[in-house]
Amino acid sequence: MKRSTIDLWVGIFVAIGIACVTFLSLKVANLTPQSSDTTYSLYADFDNIGGLKIKAPVKSSGVVVGRVTNIELDTKRYVAHVSLTLDSRYQFSHDTSAEILTAGLLGEQYIGLTQGGDPENLKSGDTITITSSALVLEQLISKFMLSFAEKGDSHSAHKTSAAQ
Amino acid sequence: MTELLASPLRKLGHLAINAIWRLGFASRFLFAILMNSGQCVLRFSLVIREVYFAGVLSLIIIIVSGLFVGMVLGLQGYNTLARFGSSDALGALVALSLLRELGPVLAALLFASRSGSAMTAEIGLMKTTEQLDAMSVMAVNPIARVVAPRFWAGVLSMPVLAALFNVMGIFGGYLVGVVMIGLDEGTYWSQMRNSVDFHNDIVNGLIKSLVFGVAVTLIAVFEGYDATPTAAGVSSATTRTVVTSALVILALDFILTAFMF
Repeated sequence: MKRSTIDLWVGIFVAIGIACVTFLSLKVANLTPQSSDTTYSLYADFDNIGGLKIKAPVKSSGVVVGRVTNIELDTKRYVAHVSLTLDSRYQFSHDTSAEILTAGLLGEQYIGLTQGGDPENLKSGDTITITSSALVLEQLISKFMLSFAEKGDSHSAHKTSAAQ
Repeated sequence: MTELLASPLRKLGHLAINAIWRLGFASRFLFAILMNSGQCVLRFSLVIREVYFAGVLSLIIIIVSGLFVGMVLGLQGYNTLARFGSSDALGALVALSLLRELGPVLAALLFASRSGSAMTAEIGLMKTTEQLDAMSVMAVNPIARVVAPRFWAGVLSMPVLAALFNVMGIFGGYLVGVVMIGLDEGTYWSQMRNSVDFHNDIVNGLIKSLVFGVAVTLIAVFEGYDATPTAAGVSSATTRTVVTSALVILALDFILTAFMF
């Protein structure tokens, strides 16, 4: 069997294919090999998670430190039980607070961690106790409308008492 | 009077039965190709030769069309996104629409018209000039010697071409968005990375292109093998390859998308 120019061209073709898939995986999908032993998991309970989804980022000061791995409803207390996987390079103190934030006005929701002052750090499997729920736009509007209506009521009541 | 009514009905029935007959024959043909693929592994140079004709010679059309599709996506996407003040998401838009839909589908359509039609014409002409019969007489199975290498070459080339189409499209979007319009380069790539998932988008896109490769190549070799052995028969078989491939690609795309996303 002798080598021919067709073999060379097909070799180039296959090399292009491999290069393209590698480019797509590394540059476009950001697929970086991750070993599981460099992460640890934490839990956090929220009254309302809004639109938080699995695989949403966990950020601290805007830096991505981990991902949301699981969300389920705790049927004893009826709160959302969220599992987080954090990079073990980033350790957080025992009184770290977690809140659900939104990137931009209509962007995706993520969990923001704020470091506390406790010298003792959270260990794998611990639960973050200080949490604040997601802002749900409907609740916000209804609260605003309610306070507006109350103000209007007290205003009119004041007026009628003044008239008497 | 009854004859006047019955004759179109009879024609309709004949068409339907013919279509089902061809579908059954195509399935049996696919089975025959798979059963006769052993020789392709033993004589891999046959497949390599066909990869050259089906894949390597399609590189130019794939590169140029991928580039232009990406550039059009960049322009149109920018115009629409800028209206909502979110032109930063251009990278994500270009990458997702290419990886999920446009890359596999357009590459398969181009592949069908560039290589599929050539395969049909080649096999059809071999049948017309009785080369296939001559092979049978010499105890060479034409399916193993002629059809199977072309089939596997098409199936192997399709994902490579689709991946190349995606890369060229993303590069085209980059040319328009970053170089021409002047969006931030870092934002283009980071938005893309944030929204593209390896398994969901890239692997599913490759699976799509593999399925399209099987469908297009099977249609091409089947139409060639089944062609009426005349000049007009080969020409209508070539037309049928392109038309049927296009319809099957789009229909399969809908089904696959419904399953995947």
